[in-house]
Amino acid sequence: MTAADPTKTYVAKDLAHNSPLIACRFDPKGRFVFATAEDQSIQRWDLESGTKTPLVAHDSWVHALAGSPDGQTLLSGGCDGRLIWWPTASEKPAPIRTLDVHRGWVRDVVISRDGTMAASCGNDLMVRLWSLADGQLIQELPGHGKQVYRIAFDPTGRYLVSADLQGVVVQWEIATRKEARRLDAAKLYSYNAGQEVDYGGVRDLSFSADGAYLACSGLIEASNPLGAVSNPAIVLFDWATGKEKLLQRPKEDIKGVGWGVRFHPAGFEVAVSGGTSGGFFWFFKTEQVNEFFKFALPNTGRDMDLHPDGIRLAAAHHDGHLRIYAMAPKPAG
Amino acid sequence: MAAGVGLSAGFGQFVRPAAAEQLAKEQKQILVIWLAGGASQLETWDPKPKTETGGPFRAIETSVPGIQICELLPRTALQMHRLALVRGINTNENDHGKGHYLMHTGRPQAPGVQYPHLGSLAAKFLANGSEPLPGYIHITPGGGGLGGSEAAFLGPKYGALYLGNGQPPGNTARDGATSEAADVARHDLRRHVNDRFANRRRTAETEAYTTTYEQALQLMKRREVFDVTKEPVRDQERYGSHNFGRHCLLARRLLEAGATFVQVSHSNYDTHNENFAFHLEQLGEFDQGFATLIDDLAQRGRLERTLVIVMSEFGRTPQINSLYGRDHWGTAWSVAMAGCGLKAGTVVGKTNPKGTEVIDRQVGGGHLFHTYLKAVGLDPMNDFQVDGRSIRIADPAATPITELLA
Repeated sequence: MTAADPTKTYVAKDLAHNSPLIACRFDPKGRFVFATAEDQSIQRWDLESGTKTPLVAHDSWVHALAGSPDGQTLLSGGCDGRLIWWPTASEKPAPIRTLDVHRGWVRDVVISRDGTMAASCGNDLMVRLWSLADGQLIQELPGHGKQVYRIAFDPTGRYLVSADLQGVVVQWEIATRKEARRLDAAKLYSYNAGQEVDYGGVRDLSFSADGAYLACSGLIEASNPLGAVSNPAIVLFDWATGKEKLLQRPKEDIKGVGWGVRFHPAGFEVAVSGGTSGGFFWFFKTEQVNEFFKFALPNTGRDMDLHPDGIRLAAAHHDGHLRIYAMAPKPAG
Repeated sequence: MAAGVGLSAGFGQFVRPAAAEQLAKEQKQILVIWLAGGASQLETWDPKPKTETGGPFRAIETSVPGIQICELLPRTALQMHRLALVRGINTNENDHGKGHYLMHTGRPQAPGVQYPHLGSLAAKFLANGSEPLPGYIHITPGGGGLGGSEAAFLGPKYGALYLGNGQPPGNTARDGATSEAADVARHDLRRHVNDRFANRRRTAETEAYTTTYEQALQLMKRREVFDVTKEPVRDQERYGSHNFGRHCLLARRLLEAGATFVQVSHSNYDTHNENFAFHLEQLGEFDQGFATLIDDLAQRGRLERTLVIVMSEFGRTPQINSLYGRDHWGTAWSVAMAGCGLKAGTVVGKTNPKGTEVIDRQVGGGHLFHTYLKAVGLDPMNDFQVDGRSIRIADPAATPITELLA
């Protein structure tokens, strides 16, 4: 694998759609990239040919996408409360299975590293485990007091973490299906008494490859939630102790939300922010509060993913473009 | 003409003779639910699912076949047969202050002129003077208030009493160091001195001071009317544990105690950022408190005499911005009403498929104001006499929405 060089990041491919995009994911085999849009569709692009294929079945926006490790199945979770199983590479993708899984929005869906289990979370405060093979409910995991925004399996496959609007991060043991402990990312949450609104929460989660760290992205200093006055930030946890190691944030006063974060296999973090200051990729080392590099995006960012090659990044943009970025020197010509 | 200047307006022929007779038999009441900041019509009364402006929420059926509202209002949907929707509002006003003024007075704001709020009109013309409570009560999440200017030329005694966070008015408990006898004596002295002064220098302000003192004494005797914990626990649970639920229950309690006009403000809907997440949160509270209150008013036989209005400064843009927000939009939005003989289960007005403009029965703030007054039996076409001038009570350029009136 070629070493990534964040400081050389450039736009490698521009994939256009005619509706603002919401979320994006690479297929774990690296052949496709998927994005969801405000027109309620999911779009699939073949990364080699650029061919665009729609996946249409949800009755609302889709915030959640996850691909199975074998590259066969894509799961999508919608604001219609449904989880849909799709054939990842089919020429004309049609739903394999559709389940009503949450009351209200499905906020996130993930698939375990062994490909046997899926987990979903939603606005109904619930986390649920599903059999990927047949869609059977395995377990319901209640415990959050606010909407559950994000979930992630840890690198060992022993644990699932779920994180909510108030920055409560719950670690669940898969074998016992019991709560193991709680981590506190409440710095990413605030209640604004003047506007009478809750705001913030954990907008994305990512474990480092070695399992040493858990990064939670979101926002801080929300002085005017309704007016989008906040700063992107990451609460970085030492996973062994469950204690916060760092609150990471941009050096400058950049307004926005940390919508996505990914740990690169080389050990640094990449985060995407979007907001009134525009869109950025932020690159952090786990020992430093501020970024070691930032990259201004052509349009505000709403979600991101890291390709299995460790070089390419995808960002979903409000202007309807899914851009593929490469963390490598731009080829000549 | 400035607020509070000149004499209190003359009643004149404001109340139609037939209506006056009816009013004498049965007092009309008004309840306004004010969704501060500008609630989105697309996430409430006029959803446009599966369009580029529709957002993530779906439309749901209601208790009236053929009328759908946003899925964020499931309890309210069950009350649709008691509601009337106006979906064709174009106030052409995107400023918070001006929108607030327009929706409270039925007229566009203009320099040097101030008209009374609906609550002040109700306090003057619907209250018969024997009510123990102030005529215009406003329950707010925090505090606030316009310092009596709501009443404009009607005079400050028709201004609003603000109940910040639903708390009773301050200093309404007698100081423990003062005996009841001493209290009576000092009030007798105050009245004596006040009467002497008023005989020679009576003004709207001195009248307001007198009224305020007497109302305060009444309130001290009936302080419990502001205490929702006196309501059954089951009712407190039905309305919800959030502030808006408690405030709706307080509104029911005040209306049942004879309040003429109660406004409940719910904050905040000014969602330039993450409109959908914030409306999900706010409307969850609204739906529970409002639907429960409508059901209770109907079940207890009070809806026939209580005009209910749900309104904001304006609506929100059909266009969704890059922050998942919606901005100010007075061009095509909605208001919900109920009670006082309005035709229930009715929708008047229509917007185009994306909600960007009104395509049928366009109305403005003036039309709404005329409709409110008509519904409670007041004639909006009569005049005030202020400093020798005749002023039409409602905007002469507008007319009532007759399709809503029985």
